[in-house]
Amino acid sequence: MTNKFISVKNNEPVPVKTIPELTYKEFTDICTSLVKDKIHCHIVNYFGYRENNNIKLICCIADDQEQSINVLSTNVETDASYPSLTIDVPAFDKFEREVYENFGVKFEGHPWLKPVRYPFNRANKQQTIENYPFLKGSSEELHEVGVGPIHAGVIEPGHFRFICHGEQILHLEIQLGYQHRGVEQLMLQKQSLNERITIAESIAGDSAVEHATAFAQLWESLCNIETDKSTAFGRSLAQEIERIAIHTGDMSAICTDIAYQLGSAVFGRLRTPMVNFFQEWCGNRLCKGLIRVGGFNYPFTEALGKRFLEILTIYERDFEEMATQLFKLPSALGRLERTGVVENDQIYQIGAVGMAARMSNLKRDIRMSHPYANYKNMNHQPVVKRHGDVYSRTQIRKEEIRQSIGYIRNWINNIPEFKKVDASNYTAQADTFVISLTEGWRGEVCHCAITDNKGMLKVYKIKDPSFHNWKALELAVRNNEISDFPICNKSFNLSYCGHDL
Amino acid sequence: MLENIKILWHNGKQYIPDVTTAKVPGIFKGRPVIASNIKVDEDKLTALCPVKAIGLNPVSIDLGKCVFCGECALAFPQKIRFTTDYKIATNVRERLIVKEGDENPVTLDQSIIRKEIKQLFSGSFKLRQVSAAGDNSCEWELNASNNVQFDISRFGIDFVASPRHADGILITGPISANMAEPLERCYNATPDPKVIILAGTDAISGGIYADSPALERSFLEKYPIDLYIPGNPAHPLTIINGIVDLIRKKKG
Repeated sequence: MTNKFISVKNNEPVPVKTIPELTYKEFTDICTSLVKDKIHCHIVNYFGYRENNNIKLICCIADDQEQSINVLSTNVETDASYPSLTIDVPAFDKFEREVYENFGVKFEGHPWLKPVRYPFNRANKQQTIENYPFLKGSSEELHEVGVGPIHAGVIEPGHFRFICHGEQILHLEIQLGYQHRGVEQLMLQKQSLNERITIAESIAGDSAVEHATAFAQLWESLCNIETDKSTAFGRSLAQEIERIAIHTGDMSAICTDIAYQLGSAVFGRLRTPMVNFFQEWCGNRLCKGLIRVGGFNYPFTEALGKRFLEILTIYERDFEEMATQLFKLPSALGRLERTGVVENDQIYQIGAVGMAARMSNLKRDIRMSHPYANYKNMNHQPVVKRHGDVYSRTQIRKEEIRQSIGYIRNWINNIPEFKKVDASNYTAQADTFVISLTEGWRGEVCHCAITDNKGMLKVYKIKDPSFHNWKALELAVRNNEISDFPICNKSFNLSYCGHDL
Repeated sequence: MLENIKILWHNGKQYIPDVTTAKVPGIFKGRPVIASNIKVDEDKLTALCPVKAIGLNPVSIDLGKCVFCGECALAFPQKIRFTTDYKIATNVRERLIVKEGDENPVTLDQSIIRKEIKQLFSGSFKLRQVSAAGDNSCEWELNASNNVQFDISRFGIDFVASPRHADGILITGPISANMAEPLERCYNATPDPKVIILAGTDAISGGIYADSPALERSFLEKYPIDLYIPGNPAHPLTIINGIVDLIRKKKG
């Protein structure tokens, strides 16, 4: 079986021709055997691109035990039909839908072959976002509730269609695509590194660090740029600060949705010192403009380190006081516990990643399984909870904040000398495939690239953790009251723009 | 109860007393200043910019296009520096273009603000926010504008759930083809007289997405824009000062 797929490491470039090309039948058999009933394996990416009038499909399946990613490929024709993989492995669902939408390839037996995001270059222009085929409830006892695309709060657009029995949600279907702005196409169109890193930073503004890091690492491996420990230090540090900032903001949002005003205000204001520190470091509250190919732009000085330790001490005191209170308030716990449950088996079936997996006892964390930057030199143990409810998701945030504070304190003790490599003198290797994974606060971010015979980008594929995890929200709200939808939604805090690209 | 009061007491006063004069920490990238007496390699300078915001003869930066990455200031620190002046919102698109030698602040042209805006909205101004293919960073800062520190509500400015309750719409993001119709419908559902505000570089010019085939920006050509708030994302203080300058009657 060894010549049926190739095993690569995170950020390890390989010649495209070394990826075995199988018949479709063989391809599906191997894909299924690599991932089915293997708790330590999941699909990190599965995508297609045009080659010689056909569509080449590439599937990347991560094996957490081996710390490797198994890659294999096949060729299919547009507008033809092929047996669906989703029937055996439900986690293929979204990926097959994407291939269907982009190229018109049909997957026989796929239970839910619907558009994903209505990209501008989709195969069938007759399909428009206004006529998405929602599931209909046909009984007189059921009613439907439609929400969006424009929501009540200041948030991104997406449409939620509920089928309810009284107050109880029986089914939720989430239709996205409103945020589609052609990110992947633009990555190929724009040639300079400054343009590309700016795009990477704006894939999801709240995850600027992970997406920028994924792109930077990918490009460094394509060009064989050696970065030193200062780069690893800066990027890991930025990532953990971002994790603290967003998790704190999410805890504020959760308090808002259970009408706990004090928690909402206190966690809300506790986010400010974290994002303001980003501004002190790099001039931007969301850490845009910091991470660059070859290193990062603004040195992290001893003075900044000292300053941040002071900020952390005050933050920690106030955070612990508020968190302790929140977790012992019966009125708050009553709203969090057993609300929006997703069972471990469901989470595994849909191939959820990041926090959404860990809340239901599925230990998935790229920092542990495919480590990069500073995580290579440490034994990161992810925070895992068992219940799969809003309570577990809130607990994970609280404990991950503590964990990040511990890591940061440790790293700041030993700030490496700042060094940045000038990346403009390097060119990418020709005919090469590379995959880059990072673990953001939301979950794993995956960027894949393939270069042509001149070393120019031919394919650029981005996958935000939300691509897997929106399904988890759909499942979480089933049988809950519709009034609990906001709290379920906030407890996942998924990205619309990261999904729509 | 006692525990809650204790927390309240420990947190103390969090609000920024005067948001028009507050100082921002660190190396905030606000209004740039371009030195006119320094010559640089202009080809290299313009090639650096990911969004073609830098113009020549004279050297200028269009804040409506700028993503505030700071690459130009890092490469040519003698020529370009970003100040911490966050008051960069204006109602005249041309005023966002900062030229060589300009040291003056960016301001609104009060003489062209429609009379009804000051008359009706100066004490209470409700906005419906429409996110149209942005990256969630401006939405993030809009929410921050309403936290206990920045507290935009103190000026009677609020974000409301329905366009029918709103006095105007605030758009973020470069406006995707998929969002074009919902945006138009939202605007039509807002009662007259109404205001349009663009927040963030993406909304003002399309930003890094300006040439993307997935956008549909014709809405902006059809209707007058009352305020441009630049930034990537716009800072809460830029947002608050911009909107307040638009609606507030001048004292005295």
